[in-house]
Amino acid sequence: MKYIEPHGHMVSRTTDDYERMALAGCVAICEPAFWAGFDRNSAQGFYDYFRQITEYEPKRAARFGLKHFSWLCINPKEAEDVQLADDVIALIPEFLNKPNVLGIGEIGLNKNSRNELLILEKHIQLAADHDQLVLVHTPHLEDKRKGTRLILDALKNHAKINPERVIIDHVEEHTIDLVLDQGFWAGMTLYPESKCSPHRAIDMLEQRQAEHIWMNSACDWGVSDPLAVPKTMLEMRKRGWSQESIQRVVFENPIAFMGQCEKFVL
Amino acid sequence: MNDWQPPQQVNLVDLSFMDTRFKLIEVAAFLDRVQHAGQDTDYRVTALKSALQFLSQSEPDRAKQVLLSLSDPSEEPIAKATIQGAAGAYQIERMKVEG
Ligand SMILES: [Zn+2]
Repeated sequence: MKYIEPHGHMVSRTTDDYERMALAGCVAICEPAFWAGFDRNSAQGFYDYFRQITEYEPKRAARFGLKHFSWLCINPKEAEDVQLADDVIALIPEFLNKPNVLGIGEIGLNKNSRNELLILEKHIQLAADHDQLVLVHTPHLEDKRKGTRLILDALKNHAKINPERVIIDHVEEHTIDLVLDQGFWAGMTLYPESKCSPHRAIDMLEQRQAEHIWMNSACDWGVSDPLAVPKTMLEMRKRGWSQESIQRVVFENPIAFMGQCEKFVL
Repeated sequence: MNDWQPPQQVNLVDLSFMDTRFKLIEVAAFLDRVQHAGQDTDYRVTALKSALQFLSQSEPDRAKQVLLSLSDPSEEPIAKATIQGAAGAYQIERMKVEG
């Protein structure tokens, strides 16, 4: 069965992982800019990273018939240094016209600090100025509830941001209603040790009737599984989901959201 | 566009009971282990024990209540991010330092 991996950090994955994902039914992978497992020293490091996810990764994916899309920003983990963040944000406009770039992301908060919030607001402005879709990372563990609220406030405070063009990722049971009830899209991340398990994700899908929600594996530098989405599809079958309902979540929903960018063509 | 079709009903107890039983015993054994080692006053253990009360509530939003009980309850941004990671439970004393 076809699926889209709407949030995968392929720079931390081997070429074999691309092949395994293709074999499992993946047709497209979308890669938000994020932390690379270490703090980069300069804006030049980000420049090279942006080239990697806009030029190199699409070629690596294409070897297995996979489309590769990307999102650009300086992630909140590295946003405490405002000067560095400003320098990186200044690099982004020249990449926005690249054929695989879908928008600004994954922006958001990590420890919910004032500087992180300032840089989040600058990214929101950048997205508004360039009419870009937005993909938002919400903080981890004990910081998620507070961070999600601060993020939603920052987005709602901007007159030019349309919630239907924003996805708030890594929601869990205590944040999903806040996000969906205000008209935003919600992403659920399937991690082996934190965030969401397949069963919890399916519970939330059933509670919210699978509307305006996608699922992803994140498959980043940490403990994560690039096949988390197809494994969850199998659990959905065991829980009585029809093929059509599964396709809607793993294929049609990502298309409905990312298709708002005309460059998202499969 | 909502044409939601609920899934066919299956026996969810058959599907997950053994796995859930296994995880519950893991929780119990963890609490025994840290107590034997004299580490049960760690704020994360205290937070975990306090979250257990939500398992016996009657409303079917136990997962949400457990997550909320492990969350930072404050509303204002902190002055500065001095670490990048998160611990999984909230330490009340930290609020005074950072708040
Ligand atoms: Zn990510």
